[in-house]
Amino acid sequence: MQSPVIHSTTSQLTLANRWDHFLARWGVNRSGHRVEPGLYAMGNPTPDSQVFVTANYTLSFDALRSALAGLGAYILVLDTKGINVWCAAGEGTFGTEELVNRIQVTELASVVGHRLLILPQLGAPGVAAHLVRKRTGFQVEYGPVRAEDLPEYLKSCQATPEMRKVRFNLWDRLVLIPVELVYALLPLLILIILGSRGIVAAILAGVVLFPILLPWLPTSNFSTKGFILGGMVALPFAIRTFLLNPDAALWLRVGWALASLMTIPAITAYLTLNFTGSTPFTSRSGVRNEIFAYVPKMAWMLGLAVVLNIALPLLQKLVR
Amino acid sequence: MYNAYQFNTLQYNAELCTGCGMCVEVCPHAVFSMNGHRAQVVRAQSCMECGACQLNCPFGAIAVESGVGCAGAMIRAALTGRKEATCGREQPCN
Repeated sequence: MQSPVIHSTTSQLTLANRWDHFLARWGVNRSGHRVEPGLYAMGNPTPDSQVFVTANYTLSFDALRSALAGLGAYILVLDTKGINVWCAAGEGTFGTEELVNRIQVTELASVVGHRLLILPQLGAPGVAAHLVRKRTGFQVEYGPVRAEDLPEYLKSCQATPEMRKVRFNLWDRLVLIPVELVYALLPLLILIILGSRGIVAAILAGVVLFPILLPWLPTSNFSTKGFILGGMVALPFAIRTFLLNPDAALWLRVGWALASLMTIPAITAYLTLNFTGSTPFTSRSGVRNEIFAYVPKMAWMLGLAVVLNIALPLLQKLVR
Repeated sequence: MYNAYQFNTLQYNAELCTGCGMCVEVCPHAVFSMNGHRAQVVRAQSCMECGACQLNCPFGAIAVESGVGCAGAMIRAALTGRKEATCGREQPCN
């Protein structure tokens, strides 16, 4: 029987790799940034070389191999359908079954002499280390969360508490904005054509300003953070509609201002609530609590805004 | 002020713990730490219910209703009546 292929790779990122990363960040061909699953040899590895496991998403694979510059190593790429380690582990595709299967089809046990695998820590929600050992003989070591910490980790094979924690700093949040913008592009264009500046501002606040301002917005819930941010964005619109129509009746001006104050925060808050899925720290229980507590409020606010938008012009005509 | 994230489903039974330290190793939020020969929960509120500790505890000392804290996926599931699809199924929740 033919022995399985060992692909070869390097730690060098080419211009084509970087272009691929750029496209991935902008959501172009979202699930198409894939690496062929299987075993890869990097820098003339020997049977003693370490084996690193990753997902078949180009950003994951490339982060790993570029972090291993100067090292002879094997990389075992699991078939996660082009999804990163963390999300694929949550889904179970970066999981015990796939890892065991991939060890078997690549005949890893005949390629290396040792029985040790280094997995990214964020793969742990999908992989039961003790079951992998029982089924394949390979011991799973969880390395650091971030591939960039691997060189430091490999010196002692000990991850520091800092390496074990996920972070979500400004840069981590900034890189998420393009893909959020791309998803909002069509509605944004339609709203710009319709001239709905307030709603455009509400959406931009939710997908651009919010990721930036997240840690500085008060309260711990994403929806209330969104109400606050949306409220700040709505205020100039409300004041403007109030001041621009000095000839209209006071109740009418208050009504128009109120409509802005209802519409914009509701839309922004809905978008910021959705941003929970992009963060590495919101629990399912918490998000469920938020949905029950705040989505009805958002719906009431939007409903009131719609009623105002219909009733005010009618009342205006009646009064005249 | 109401905090939706104050409570979660993490449960830890110290009597079943053998002190292997896997939970300390896999948790991305430092919820566990070692106290002598047993793990202890030190930051329960930071738990994001990813399920890594439960899955990697060989002794069944940890239980958590794991799932992805993604509002988009949960609202879609509620509206369509289907299973929560997170990133990696048809619908990206990014």
